[in-house]
Parts: sequence; structure tokens; C-alpha cells
Amino acid sequence: MIRIMRQILRTGIFTEPVPEELTPEVIEIGEQLKQTIWKHFHRSLTIRQVDAGSCNGCELEIHALTNVFYNCERFGIHFTASPRFADMLLVTGPVTHNMEIALRRTYNSTPAPKLVVAMGDCGCNGGIFGESYASLGGIDKVIPVDLVIPGCPPTPLNVLSGLLKLMDKMGKG
Amino acid sequence: MKEMFNAIISALGKDVRFYGPNINTPMLPCIVPKDKFYDVARAMKKVDAMLAAEWASDETLLGKGKGFGVYACYRLNDQYLVVKTEIASDDPTFPSITKRFVPAYRFERQIDSLMGITPVGHPDLRPWIKFEDWPQGAYPLRKTFDPTKPLPRVKGEYAWVTAEGEGVYEIAVGPVHAGIIEPGHFRFSAVGEQVIHLEARLGYVHKGIEKRFESLSWIDGARLAGRVSGDTTVAHSMAYCMALEHMTRCSVPLRAQWLRAILLERERIANHLGDIGGICNDVAFTFMLYQTMRLKEIVLRTSHGLFGHRFMMDRIIPGGVNINIDEQCIEDIEEELDYVSDEFERLVGVLDNNDSLEDRTRDTAILKPEMAADLGVCGIVARASGLDLDCRKYYPCPPYDRIKVNVPLLTAGDVHARLWIRVREIRESIRLIREMMKTIPPGPVVTEVKLPEHTAFGFAAVEGWRGEIIYWLQAGANGEVNRCMVRDPSSMCWLGLEQSVPFGNIVPDFPICNKSFNQSYSGNDL
Repeated sequence: MIRIMRQILRTGIFTEPVPEELTPEVIEIGEQLKQTIWKHFHRSLTIRQVDAGSCNGCELEIHALTNVFYNCERFGIHFTASPRFADMLLVTGPVTHNMEIALRRTYNSTPAPKLVVAMGDCGCNGGIFGESYASLGGIDKVIPVDLVIPGCPPTPLNVLSGLLKLMDKMGKG
Repeated sequence: MKEMFNAIISALGKDVRFYGPNINTPMLPCIVPKDKFYDVARAMKKVDAMLAAEWASDETLLGKGKGFGVYACYRLNDQYLVVKTEIASDDPTFPSITKRFVPAYRFERQIDSLMGITPVGHPDLRPWIKFEDWPQGAYPLRKTFDPTKPLPRVKGEYAWVTAEGEGVYEIAVGPVHAGIIEPGHFRFSAVGEQVIHLEARLGYVHKGIEKRFESLSWIDGARLAGRVSGDTTVAHSMAYCMALEHMTRCSVPLRAQWLRAILLERERIANHLGDIGGICNDVAFTFMLYQTMRLKEIVLRTSHGLFGHRFMMDRIIPGGVNINIDEQCIEDIEEELDYVSDEFERLVGVLDNNDSLEDRTRDTAILKPEMAADLGVCGIVARASGLDLDCRKYYPCPPYDRIKVNVPLLTAGDVHARLWIRVREIRESIRLIREMMKTIPPGPVVTEVKLPEHTAFGFAAVEGWRGEIIYWLQAGANGEVNRCMVRDPSSMCWLGLEQSVPFGNIVPDFPICNKSFNQSYSGNDL
């Protein structure tokens, strides 16, 4: 136990302030963002992630969002196990034929108001997998999408800034 | 190197025809008549060879009168034997070898489902990867199939293996899981908390990758290979490129081979770090998750800074690599490794002194060595169950032929063993990278690949962080992509998970069992 405590103290805090390239945007969003989250999502944004055929690269970066560097919970962004609790679906992959029904069911199980974010190049348009018998070629072929975050895979910072922008849009809209 | 050769000669005599350059190559291809296909399996079993892969190729476009080819790849010590048998297109059947080799169980279901060639004598021909709502007669890997059209859905139901009896109940999990993981369906039959049967049903992330290769150029294929399983992008693109280079007899500059190996070991370190944290997190030891994920992020950031991509995607290209390192780069990596290694050893100290963690991981999800050998598992799963398998040791490409890998081996086959195999491999990978950076030869990092102009094939096996990855490429009559066979280690190891859970494990322990195997859904479903 002492070793664990010592290691925790040694490590200190690694969470980074929002990086400079994002800072102006974040300042702009500022108070408004906070109000948006408070108003629409009761102070927190709860996300259900759905892998609709990704290569698992995007999943790695979503995992990274929760590590100590990005620490997305400080923005009120939280991942949930059930679509019933979710405000947002974060969907990856080109939507495979075999996942289409499961994705529709997850969408229908999510209470309104709900947001859908398509993450990754293949979530946007099928990416390298294209459109075929097995790949439907993008999330918006199956359910309505509010925001796309391109990249293969998008870095955790890309995802974070995408989510912040979307919440800002919600506030203004 | 001659065991398999001798065994097949003594079993088949003149019925086997070899077509490799000579019989002492590490990859020996041969053709046998269809009715002898099973006899080969029997002979291979006798000499304790293992089945590494089984697949089919539609060769109707390769020439007049051609049909299908069914291939079985056996592995023994430092050699692969690729046995081909030709199948007429009007009689698409072949003798099943599942009775001799368990891994053939799913390979053959897959051949039946996607290529429409029936393995005669197979005990269970439910569709695999193909779902029950696909139309009858839709065989995507056949040349007559048009992959650009969407599939209509038909009615159908999957026949689950069910357990019956007083107090037996079923739990259905997935495809959308509670955590941030890939989709798959698990069906548990349980009594109380005890799991008595577990059946996985995969195929949800089937993106038609093998078919997709056929519509891309050889060069673009490397990018697709890098997306077969995102966490293994380096190893997959490396295996694809090596198979292509084998087919085109391209000799890659030594410096490029060193750089590839450095990327490969970096990928291993990053993923093992994540897995160690993940396993601990599944028994609520979150301290370790946050610590190892911190180290993993440091590794990914260094990769991003030096090679332009956090997972080093698309850095390995046919003919070499598109990155290079200089003195400064080597210094940066050394500094990073010193830090990571130092911090990691502190964490290992904590890992080693935690009774409750040990209590949960020991004797959980045991895969005994005999069972592991029967199932033909590979990679970390095999090495935690006492099987000494590692392509870097037995099928080495440079620099592994000069810089020897000390392959760690444990025999308990439980979660604890799979956890500690990863710990040891991280240490070994750090040592290897340091060694490689010391010995990296100067010179170019890429060379031209002369694309094939007629029928040819290429083979490669690479030890990714999960285990052995096999690619087998076949060029058509004009050198076009006729077939690209991908064998991710997951195709072998999923059965290991399914067989290890029902022996004395409880339902709530499934997450940690699953995490200790951590197989790829995407790599399996393709």
C-alpha cells in the first residue's frame, strides 16, 4: 500500500491544460459552453461509444481520452455502459452489414435529445473500406449524424475539440 | 527442418509435388491430390506439427480449366509447409481436417461460408463470419460475386449450442458491450455463478477486407493491411509488405528492416502496457491502469513526434519504410526508454506485491499446455501456456537473425501467466530496441518493388504483439491481385478463451479472462 501511495505522490498530476492551439476556441466557448452543458445535459455529457465495424484504432484513442493527460472527465465528458443513459452516441467504423441492426437498435434505445458523432475516416465515408457488400460506407447511411470527426484515427485532441465545438453549437442553436 | 518433408514423403510418396526453389527453405510449398489432403493432416499430426492456417482461393481466372485451391499451412519448429490441393469448380468439396486439427474447425466453416467449398466430414457447418440473414449462395470470395452491391437480408436464425438441465440459464452479451471495446456476441450457459459453457459468435465487424484487397493495387494494399486491426497496424502492414516482397523477390535495404523491427517492438511495448493496465482495471486495481496508460501515452507521443503518427500507421511501405532516424532521434528514443523502463520497473514492483491482484489472476481462465497445443494457439497466449512459439525466434527476418530474442515462457496458462508474459516481453522489447539502435546499418530505407506480371505467390509470417500474423498473396495471370489471405492471431486464440472460461470460472470474472487474451475482433472478422 505504501508503495502505491508513494508512486502516486511521485507521479503527481499529469493532466495537461488545454493546449495552446485550442485555447482561443475554448476561451470563445467559455461560459457559454458551461451554460450549454448545464442546460442541456445537466452539467455532464454522457457518451455511449458504439463500434460499428472499426479496426479498433479509434477505440484506442477514445481510451486515451480518459487517461491522465487528457482526462476528459474534467469537462464533464463521461462514458456510459448503457445507451439508455446516453446523451450522445460516438460511433466508429464504416458500419458493417453485420452491425447495422445493432447500431439501429442502440440508436433507438437512446432517449431524445440525442447527438450522434461519427468518428474516423471510415465513420465519415467508409474510408479505405469503401462501400461494399459488407461495408455500408459511413454512419450517416444508417442514422442521422450531427458531427463528423475525420482522421485515421483522429487524435484524442481532435476528438476533444470536436466534442467541445459540438456542445458549443448546441448552445447557440 | 526436414521433419515435415520426411513425414509427407513417407505418407504420400510420389503423390506430393514440391514447387519451391528447394526443400530447405523456411517456407515449403507443395501440391497434393484432393483425396490425400486428409492423409497429409494425419502425417503432420504424427510429427507434432501445428496447423497455422487454412484457406481457399478462387483460381478460375488463373487459366483454362482451373477451379479452386484449398491450402493448409503447417508449422513445425523453423519451417512452414503450405499444402495445396486443387478443387474442380463443378465439385466444390474437400476432405475436412478438423478431426486432426482443432483450429481447422473455424477456418473450414469460414471457407464454407465465404468461398462456398464444403469441407466433407466437418462436424459443424453453421455459418461463420457470414450471418444467417445473408442470402443463400452469397459467397463473397468467389470471382463471380459482385462485391459492390449491397447484400439483401433474408430470414434465418443462428443455432446456438445450448446447455440444458435444472438451474441452467443463459446470459447473452453483446454485440454492443458495456465498455469501449469491439463488438462480438458471447453466450454463457451458467449454473449459479459458474460458467459451464461459453460460445462466442463473431463476424460483426466483417468489413470484407480480403475481398477489398482484390480491388486495390498491390501498393495500396499496404494501407488496407494497416487497418486490419488498428492496434497491430505495424505488424500487419509489415507482414503484407514482406509477403509482397517475397512474391516479387525484392530485397529490402537492411536499414529499412532495422527500422521496421524498431517500430514493431515499439508497438509491442505500447500495447502490452495498455493490456497490463486493462487486466488490473478489470479487478478494480485502477491505480495500475492510470499508471500504465500514462506510460503508453508517453510512448505514443514519442512515436507521433518522431514518426508522425501515434500508432505508426502507414510508415511501412512495400520496399521499405517512409521514415528514418538520425542521431537526435536515437537520443530521443533512448531518453524515452530510460524513463519508461525506470517507471515500469517501479510498477512491476507494485504488481508483484499485491496479494489481492494475485488472488484474482492466479488459476483464473487456465489454458493448460496440452489444450493450448490442441487448439493451436499462438503468440502471448501460447507462451503463457508453455508453447515455445515466436516467429522472431523460429522464422526470423533481419535483424532478428542477428539480434536474438529471449522468448519468455510460462506454463501456468492462467491470467497471471498472460499478465507476466507481457511484463517480460516489455523488458525484452526495450532491450531489443536499444540493441537495434546500436547496430542499425546505414544506407537507403526504401527500394523499388517490381510488381508481378504473371501468376505468383508470396508468404510472410511476422510476430506481432499478439502473436504470429500470416499473409499469403496470390497474383493472377496478369499480375493483378487474385487473393490476399490474412491470418491474424485472433483467428487461433479466440477458441482458447472459449475453452478456458468454462472450467471453474464465474460469470463476473469473464471481463478479466477476456482482457488477458485481448484478441482482436476486427482481425478475426476481417
